[in-house]
Amino acid sequence: MDKTLNNKAWFLVLPVLVLVAFSAILPLMTVVNYAFNDTFGQNEFFWAGIDWFEEMVTSDRLHEALGRQILFSVIILAIEVPLGIFIALNMPKKGFWASFCLVLMALPLLIPFNVVGTIWQIFGRVDIGLLGHTLAAMGIDYNYTNDPIDAWITVIVMDVWHWTSLVALLCYAGLQSIPQAYYQAAKIDQATRWSVFRYIELPKMKGVLLIAVLLRFMDSFMIYTEPFVVTGGGPGNSTTFLSIDLAKMATGQFDLGPAAAFSIMYFLVILLISWVFYTVMTNLDREENR
Amino acid sequence: MRIRSSAIVMTVYLLFLLIPIYWLINMSLKTNTEITSTFSVWPQTFTLQNYVTILTDPSWYMGYVNSLIYVTMNVVISLTVALPAAYAFSRYNFMGDKHLFFWLLTNRMAPPAVFALPFFQLYSSVGLFDTHIAIALAHCLFNVPLAVWILEGFMRGVPKEIDETAYIDGYSFPKFFIRIFMPLIASGIGVAAFFCFMFSWVELLLSRTLATVNAKSIAATMTRTVSASGMDWGVLAAAGVLTIVPGALVIYFVRNYIAKGFALGRV
Repeated sequence: MDKTLNNKAWFLVLPVLVLVAFSAILPLMTVVNYAFNDTFGQNEFFWAGIDWFEEMVTSDRLHEALGRQILFSVIILAIEVPLGIFIALNMPKKGFWASFCLVLMALPLLIPFNVVGTIWQIFGRVDIGLLGHTLAAMGIDYNYTNDPIDAWITVIVMDVWHWTSLVALLCYAGLQSIPQAYYQAAKIDQATRWSVFRYIELPKMKGVLLIAVLLRFMDSFMIYTEPFVVTGGGPGNSTTFLSIDLAKMATGQFDLGPAAAFSIMYFLVILLISWVFYTVMTNLDREENR
Repeated sequence: MRIRSSAIVMTVYLLFLLIPIYWLINMSLKTNTEITSTFSVWPQTFTLQNYVTILTDPSWYMGYVNSLIYVTMNVVISLTVALPAAYAFSRYNFMGDKHLFFWLLTNRMAPPAVFALPFFQLYSSVGLFDTHIAIALAHCLFNVPLAVWILEGFMRGVPKEIDETAYIDGYSFPKFFIRIFMPLIASGIGVAAFFCFMFSWVELLLSRTLATVNAKSIAATMTRTVSASGMDWGVLAAAGVLTIVPGALVIYFVRNYIAKGFALGRV
C-alpha cells in the first residue's frame, strides 16, 4: 500500500513515544549513569570512567556466562528449527484435527515461565517426577541437581518442550499460505517429495522462518526464569546464563557498576542483532510487494 | 500411508507436550504424603485439598487477584496508546517513521534483566514501588511495541478507500476511528489484547522485582513458597495448574490467529 506523507501523524504516535520513553529511556539512562560512576550509597557518585567496562570485558565470569549462553542458543536453534519445520509438515491441513492440534500445541507457549520451570522441576526429580523416576528405573544415573550434564539436558529439553510449537505454528501459517496450484504444478512435473519441500515450501516459508529463528534466538539469549526455577543456575555455575548472572550481580550482590556496564554491552549486542533482523525483514517485505 | 505416518508424528509430539502437564495435574490432586511416599501414575487417594488451600488462603489467592489487576491495566494502557500509533504507521509516511518502528522493536527484544534494577530505582523514587500501576507500566516496555506491530499488520489489510470514503461522508477522525475502523479490525484488537495479556501474565522477573506485598503476583508467590517451606509440592502443583487455566480458556478463541500474533502480524 502506498502511504501518504503526513507529518501530523506524529501526534498519533506521541502517546506511545511518551510511554515507552518513560519505561525504556529513563531506566536506560540510570544504567548509563551507574556504568560510568562508582557509588557508596546515599546518592554520592564518583566518576569511574570506563573502569567497569574494562573490568567486565576482562572478567572470566562474563566470558564463561557468554560462552554458555552462545552454546545454549546454538543448541536450541539446531534442535527447534528443524523439529518445528518437521512438525509443521506433518500437521493436519484443515478440519477438526487441525484446530485440535493448534490448541494443544499452543498450550505450552501460554504457561507462565516460572510454572514451566516448576513443571520440569517436578517432572525431572528422581523421587517424585515421572521422567526422573523412569530413567532411574531404567538404571540411568540421572540427577539434574548434582550433575552439570544432566542439568543442561533438562534445561534444553525443557526449552524444546516450551518453544518448538512456536516454530511449528509459524511454519504452519507459512505453509497454509501456499496456493494449491503450486502443488498441482509440482505433481504434473513429477517432483519428488524432497524437491517440493526444497523448491516450493522452503522458499515460501522464508519470511516466517526468519521471524521464528530470530524470536527463538532473542528469547533464548535472554532466558532467565525457566533455568532459574529449575536449576537456580547450578550445579555450581554450570547453567548460569547471561541474564541469570546479571540479575545475580545487580539485585543479589548490588555490584551496580559492573552490572550496569554488563547491561549496556548486553543491550548493544541485542540492538545489533535486532537491526540485522529488521533490515532483512523490511527487504523481504519490499520484495514481496513488488 | 503418508497420512498414517504424519498422524504418528503428531501423536508422539502431542504426548511429549502433554505428559509433563498431566504430571502437574496429577500431583495437584494428591496429598503431600502420597507424593513423597509412593510413586503412582494417577492419584491413589484423590483430594482437592490443595485447591482448597489456595482458594481460601489470602496470601495465595491475592496473588491471582494482583496478577489479574496489573495484567488488565497493562492491556488497557497498551491498546489505548498502540491503536492510534499503529494507524499512523499503517497509513502515513512521516519524518523518522522507519527509525521509530525499529526502536520499538528493540524494546520487544530488550532483556528484562537489564531493566530490572533501573525500574526498581525509578519507581521507588517516584513512589510507585509495590503498586499495580508500576508493574503495568513496566510491562508496557515489551507489550506496547508488540501491540503496535500486531495491530499494524492487521490494519494494513484494511483498504485505504474505506478511510477516504468515511472522510468524504463527513466523519471526523475520532468518530471514524471508533465507529468504523475499530469494528473492522476487531479480530486484530482481540489478538493484540490476547498477546498483551499473555506476555504480561507469564512474566516473572519484573513483577517480582517491582512488588513485595501489596501487588505481589502469583508467579512471585510461587517462587517464594518454594524457598520458604520447600516441600509443599501438592499446593505448588495446584497453583501451577490454576495459572494455566486462563491461557487455556482464551486460546480457544484465538486459535486461528496465534501464528499471526507471534509473527508480529506479518504472516
